[in-house]
Amino acid sequence: MKKLILPALLAGLLAACSSTGTFDQSGAAVEDRSGAGVATVTAPGVSGSGIAALTDPNNILSKRSVHFDFDSFVIKPEFRPLIEAHARFLVQNPQMKMLIQGNTDERGSREYNLALGQKRADAVRQALTLLGATDAQIESVSLGEEKPRCTDRSEECFAQNRRGDMLYTGEF
Amino acid sequence: MINTLNFFRLSIASLLAAFALAAQAQLSIEITGAGATRFPVAIPIFESESALPRGITDVVRADLERSGLFRLVDIGPIALPEAVVPDLAGFRSRGADAILTGSVVPLPDGRFEVRFRLYDTQKQVELGAQALRMAPQQNRVTAHRIADFVYEKLTGQPGYFATRIAYVVKAGARYELQIADADGANAQAALISREPIISPAWAPDGQRLAYVSFEAKKPIVYIHTLATGQRQVVANFKGSNSAPAWSPDGRQLAVVLTKDGLSQLYLINADGSGVRRVASSAGIDTEPAFSPDGQWIYFTSDRGGSPQIYRIPVAGGAAQRVTFEGSYNVTPRPSPDGRTLAYITRNSGRFQVATLDLASRQTMILTDSARDESPSFAPNGRMILYASESGGRGVLAAVSADGRVRQRLSVEAADVREPAWGPLPRQ
Repeated sequence: MKKLILPALLAGLLAACSSTGTFDQSGAAVEDRSGAGVATVTAPGVSGSGIAALTDPNNILSKRSVHFDFDSFVIKPEFRPLIEAHARFLVQNPQMKMLIQGNTDERGSREYNLALGQKRADAVRQALTLLGATDAQIESVSLGEEKPRCTDRSEECFAQNRRGDMLYTGEF
Repeated sequence: MINTLNFFRLSIASLLAAFALAAQAQLSIEITGAGATRFPVAIPIFESESALPRGITDVVRADLERSGLFRLVDIGPIALPEAVVPDLAGFRSRGADAILTGSVVPLPDGRFEVRFRLYDTQKQVELGAQALRMAPQQNRVTAHRIADFVYEKLTGQPGYFATRIAYVVKAGARYELQIADADGANAQAALISREPIISPAWAPDGQRLAYVSFEAKKPIVYIHTLATGQRQVVANFKGSNSAPAWSPDGRQLAVVLTKDGLSQLYLINADGSGVRRVASSAGIDTEPAFSPDGQWIYFTSDRGGSPQIYRIPVAGGAAQRVTFEGSYNVTPRPSPDGRTLAYITRNSGRFQVATLDLASRQTMILTDSARDESPSFAPNGRMILYASESGGRGVLAAVSADGRVRQRLSVEAADVREPAWGPLPRQ
């Protein structure tokens, strides 16, 4: 706290007959919050993989999503062929890496949902590694409730959002 | 419990910074409930206040009124110079239990000195006086400091008007981490991204924020210095990195990592070194928050089957369960005095802000909304800022710790979420 810099003025105030007293805090400068207080940063984006099979709509490898039941982390039988195809691709292309993003519906805490989404991503990762893909090829992460595919508040929509997505090198 | 004694709208005049393009809109604050008894105070315009480009006393009045603890007594457009003792008995008879007088004095260097005094009209005594120096454009922050002075003298607790808040605005596919004054004015974007940003956490110094950004297609924890925009990756291990919480000394953070499997709690130094496990469970452990004394970490865990709040000694030891009522209690946030825990509870399918008195074990649900998240205490513990929903959009809301005072902050045509109330400014 700065000392009083205007002693003469203060003395004058004190001398005045019906005047007021001293200050608890005097001459303190107010902190600067003008404009430059917060610098703005723009986060960089990402670029694609270049392998035709992965984007050909007639190839099962273009399908990337595994859907889950409410409060469940178990891969349903209907997704076995998809998991097997991607495991085969990873085994035949050991240089390829995969990012698995787990997702949840929007109900509840964002951070708790992030942890629940991780369990879905891990379920997909474990299924792929059981079929021969290596741990070094796969990273499982969670997007929680942050990247819903569908934003209506309906059970159909929530079901679309409870999923694990598989991304290949160049797509993340 | 809920009084809706007062209902009016304050429009915050200042625009968001020009670079906040997509989300450019006014952040407006609506007061939807006030305390049962409010302290009547008179704040006449300061002498020579018109010498400033923008006013001070209107901002002081708005701060105090918004707190829900004060009622402004209108005494007309008179200015009372700081250097003269006002007619205290006269103001008392007009209903004011306290009166603030002030003068604005130009300084030779182009700045101004604002001198002000507060009086108790019942006891007929002066409660205190200050002189602050300000540049002409610093009217708002000066006014917040004056409002803090009045608040502290009349309530005995420090004010929170000169603090800042952080929150995330989503407009279309664009995410902005914004910083604003506690009254919503002066909003500026600290980070703009095409991917989500969650869990902002203020460093105790009020100069840095930790948060989780998904810009690299996975959750990574960053520390961001607001004044320079400098960013540092604190936790980017294989898997997800999230839920940063600062230790009270600012030297380390609790984070949630999945590098060893399920989401678990770790400590890491603020420079990203020295990662070590703090707790182990066969379930999910997340949402850590340090107790103000730094001895405990409160967190959410589903180790017992449903998500509940636990705490664990930072120095090591067994976790203790803290919440027992209900099947979904998450996001524990200790009050600044360490006596109360704010958290989110699911109550008949609705997610609401609740508090738990840690000594008496009394719980209280503070809100009647359905989608509340991310509670955050004001530095004096009187208000809790949280994310809610209104008209299908994310809004910020605040409720007093006793549930009586309520405010809503919203940005037109955008979703606002993930609020965090910053610490008191360094004096």
